[in-house]
This record gives sequence, C-alpha cells and structure tokens, in this order.
Amino acid sequence: MPQTTSSTSPFEDDAPAPDAPVAPAAQSSTDALDSLLDEIDDTIQTNATQFVRSFVQKGGQ
Amino acid sequence: MRVVGIETEYGITDPAHPGANPMLLSSQLVDACRQWAGDAATRWDYGGEDPLMDLRGMRRERRYATADLLTDSPEYSEANRGVTLRRRRGSWEDPAHLNAVLGNGARFYVDHAHPEYSGPEVSSARDAVVWDAAGDKIVCAAIEGFKADGGSIAVYKNNVDGKGASYGMHENYLVSRSIAFDELARRLTPHLVSRQVVVGAGRVGLGAYGERAGFQMSQRADYMEAEVGLETTLRRPIVNTRDEPHADRTKWRRLHIIIGDANSMEVPTYLKVGTTALILSAIEAGDERLDALVLADPVSEVSAVSHDVSMRHQLTLSSGETATALQMQRALLTIARDYVSDAEDAAVVAKWEDVLEELSRDIFSAAKNVEWVAKLQLFGRMRERYGSVDAEGAAVPAPWDDDRLKAADVQWSEVGVGLAWRLAAAGAVTRMTTDAEVDAAMVTPPATTRAWLRGRMVSMRPDVVDAAGWSTIVIDRDAEHGHLEVVNLPNPMATTHELLDQLLASPRTGVSDPRHD
Repeated sequence: MPQTTSSTSPFEDDAPAPDAPVAPAAQSSTDALDSLLDEIDDTIQTNATQFVRSFVQKGGQ
Repeated sequence: MRVVGIETEYGITDPAHPGANPMLLSSQLVDACRQWAGDAATRWDYGGEDPLMDLRGMRRERRYATADLLTDSPEYSEANRGVTLRRRRGSWEDPAHLNAVLGNGARFYVDHAHPEYSGPEVSSARDAVVWDAAGDKIVCAAIEGFKADGGSIAVYKNNVDGKGASYGMHENYLVSRSIAFDELARRLTPHLVSRQVVVGAGRVGLGAYGERAGFQMSQRADYMEAEVGLETTLRRPIVNTRDEPHADRTKWRRLHIIIGDANSMEVPTYLKVGTTALILSAIEAGDERLDALVLADPVSEVSAVSHDVSMRHQLTLSSGETATALQMQRALLTIARDYVSDAEDAAVVAKWEDVLEELSRDIFSAAKNVEWVAKLQLFGRMRERYGSVDAEGAAVPAPWDDDRLKAADVQWSEVGVGLAWRLAAAGAVTRMTTDAEVDAAMVTPPATTRAWLRGRMVSMRPDVVDAAGWSTIVIDRDAEHGHLEVVNLPNPMATTHELLDQLLASPRTGVSDPRHD
C-alpha cells in the first residue's frame, strides 16, 4: 500500500487559487463562438420565452 | 480498468405538442429504435433483477417500496429468483416498459417518463466514451425514424427542466465486496463533491426550481439531499446503496452513483469515469490518505462548490482544515497516480492533470475540455450580445435569468444537433473518439466484457434469443424439455461461454440473414 502522507496538510504544494474568470471577450475561439451565436440569433430572439415555458419534464432518477 | 457502465435518462419533448405525454413519446422512440435495429434487438429479461437489495445488507419489503423502485416489474416474482427454467413465450409487452436490448450490448428503454440508454459494460474510460457517444447516435437514428413517420420529437442530454424536475445520468462501477460499504462511501464522497470542477455540465439558474438567477458548474448539484441512501428519485443521495450487482454477489458490488451530470462533451465523460475508477482502486487498497479529505458536511458542499465558478470556495474538512475543490482534486490526483496499472490509466491521469492545470491558470483555457467552462464562455458572449447600456453609458450584460440564456442552456444538449455538438463540429471541443469508431460501436459490443456475448447473440442469433439482461441471456430453441434456457453470466469480464460460443459458431435458422445474402 502506498505511504500515507507525512504532511499535516495534503495541499501544501498547490498552485494558488485561480484569478476570477476573465472577460470572455478576451478569449480565443472568438470566430467559432460568434458564428454559432449568429446562426442561432434569429430563433433564440423570437422563440426563447415560449421554448423555456414549454420545456417541462417529469422527474426521473 | 474495472468494469464500468453509464446510464443516461434523456429529456424528451414534442416541439409541435408541448403537452404531449412523455411516457408515450418515450415508448414511441424505443419502438423507433427497434425499427432501426431490425431484428438485432431483443426484450429485456426481468428474471434476474433484484433492485430492492440494499448494499448495506438489508432487505426492504416490497410493500414498503415506492412504485418507482420496482424497476423489475411487471414480471418479478419471488418464485422466479434462482429459477433457471421458465416458459414465457408470447407474454404481453407493456408499452410503459418497452425495451430494446441492442447488438452493441446496450439497453434502450422507457424509464418512467424518459427514454434511457444503458450502455454496455466496458473496461476502459475511453470505451465508456465511445459507447456513450454511440448511445447518442442511436438516439439520433431513432429520432430520424420517428420523424420519417411524421412525428415531432426532440431529445436532450441534460438533467434538469428548470422547473423542479431532475433526471439522471448514473455511473456503475464494479467494486470488490471486501470493502465495507460505509468506508467506500466515506472515502469516495470527497471526490464526487470536488470533481464537479472537472466534469460539471454547467447550468443556468440556481436552486432546484432555478428560482435564483445565476450560473453554476453542475446540473445535478441542487438535487442532492443525503450522503447515502437507497432512493434515487426522493431524497437523492450522493452515494446510492442499491445492491443489485448483476454479477456474482459474493465477489462484487455494483456501485451506483447518481450525482453526476450527463455530459454532451467527451472529455468530461472520460474523466468522470477514469478518475472515479482510480479513486475506487485507492479505496480498495485501503489508502488512508483519503481520510484527510473527508468533508465535514458533504451535502451542503455539493451546491457550494457548484455555485462558485471562481473556484475559490473553501470546503471544510472533518479535520477542521479547509481546501478548495481544485486543491482537493490535486490531492486526489496525487493519490490516484499510485494506482495506475496500465497505459489507459496513465492517459487518464495525464488528461486529469492537464485539465486541473488549465483550470488553475485561466479557466477559459479549459473551454475545450470542461463543459461548464465551454458553456460559461459561450453564454458570457451571449450576455454581452444581449446586454444593455446603463445611464452612464456602461455596458451591462444580460442577466442570467434572461430567457434567451435559459433556452440556450437547454438547447446546448439537444442530442446530435445542440450547441455542444455544433461547437464540436466547429473544432472548439476536444474529441476523444472518431466518427468511425462511434458508428461501429452502435452495432458492435465492447470485446472485453460479457456485453460481447450479449451483443453478438442479439445481432447474430436473434432466432434463438428470447430476452437478455445484464447477467442473463434467455435462449428459446427446440429442446426436449420444452422450456426456455437461461444462461447466467455472473462474471462481467467473461467473454466466452460454452453454449453461447457454440450457438454463435452455428448459422441462424428459420429466416435468411440479409447480411449474408
């Protein structure tokens, strides 16, 4: 069996906590995301409320 | 790796008739799946299941079970248990329990008000992804058939409707019966709670009813109400105690995990299964390092982790120390390294480390691999697009309770055509599979488990297969005794069986096989 760690904390050598999420606009893959948003723009602008209202499921496991 | 299987309950709607009965729709979809499969599909064998056996070693009397626990109905009878010969030809099929056991070893069926794909048993994380993706494509094939007949239908690989209902993706792991169940649950729970940062599918809305505006990592987090328990639809537990091994009960448990999200991306599915299997190996080895990670209050931490997309939330350990979910995942990765037993395991650990590194550096660098991050990135862009300008002229992003964001959250997971699939097609998502191997896995079982025997019997000898279950194949052939013969497959790793191999080597009878014409 592997050795139990001798450290009192299992987290000592950890990287610092990440910065808060940066603005999505600063990110790559801009083209793929924007062209996808362009594609769905019309339907989502006109149908979103009705779509959300009618998406009703029964509970499962 | 150990034997694993993934079950997915899909959301289902009729876009043309929003109030359509979901049980009927699910039944019609399973029927369409059977049409797609042709004669390479058989019925489910209810004879061998025992869902009321509890992993903690108690039996609950059937009269105390809620109706939805009785998944072995309608053909269950105490007298059937252990009986190996029975006659059931011509029995009536209840449309509410319509089943198709498929040539790839999977079961596609009506579970309550949802269609469910229970993938075949696999023995690597990558195979889990391949046969999970094959399930999505089988759903697409069934949808195509249903629509060709004039029907209107949409199927979603998500877990919530935003109005209080949740339905599950369940992972099943074969584990040694030698571990005490309490120890198994205690040592696994810290991983199940903290892995959300890696495998969460993302969700618009907070609370079981989406009653608060916001975005969180996990679909399922707000529906977990207990640490351990037998129920799956009420007081849902982080670790489920159902003890229905579908295997030799003296050797194995089937650990049934219901906390996970259904993933529409491949890397999360891969890491969900691969990392959990490695932690289970550490638990089987009695690794006491896991005890340092036990949480003071796991149930409340599930939502706390999920709701904090900055990943700064400090979870409180039972020792009184605190740690972030990322720190816990790093500690678990360190432990898991010691249980790598083959190249597949090593690949899982490498991918796990990469993703943790990306999340630590800049979460959006993980957008190709982590589903909640991919969603957050796309929906962040939508919030800018649909935002407004305040009195001082500053841009204000659209609020998280904007219906366009809620709609996009559901449409993300529409099987085969949703936003997740479109991002994958655009190359913005990491693929673990190729289209060719997924297409093959729609009709071919994994070669490393007993699913190999089940799937091949279903596709090659439908003339003699009456029904099949996880651990049984019921044979109906001319025999002097006049009964059905139930072949038991208690070893999930068995890929050979004397009688089945003999049947598989013989030509089918009765009908001509178009594949050989």
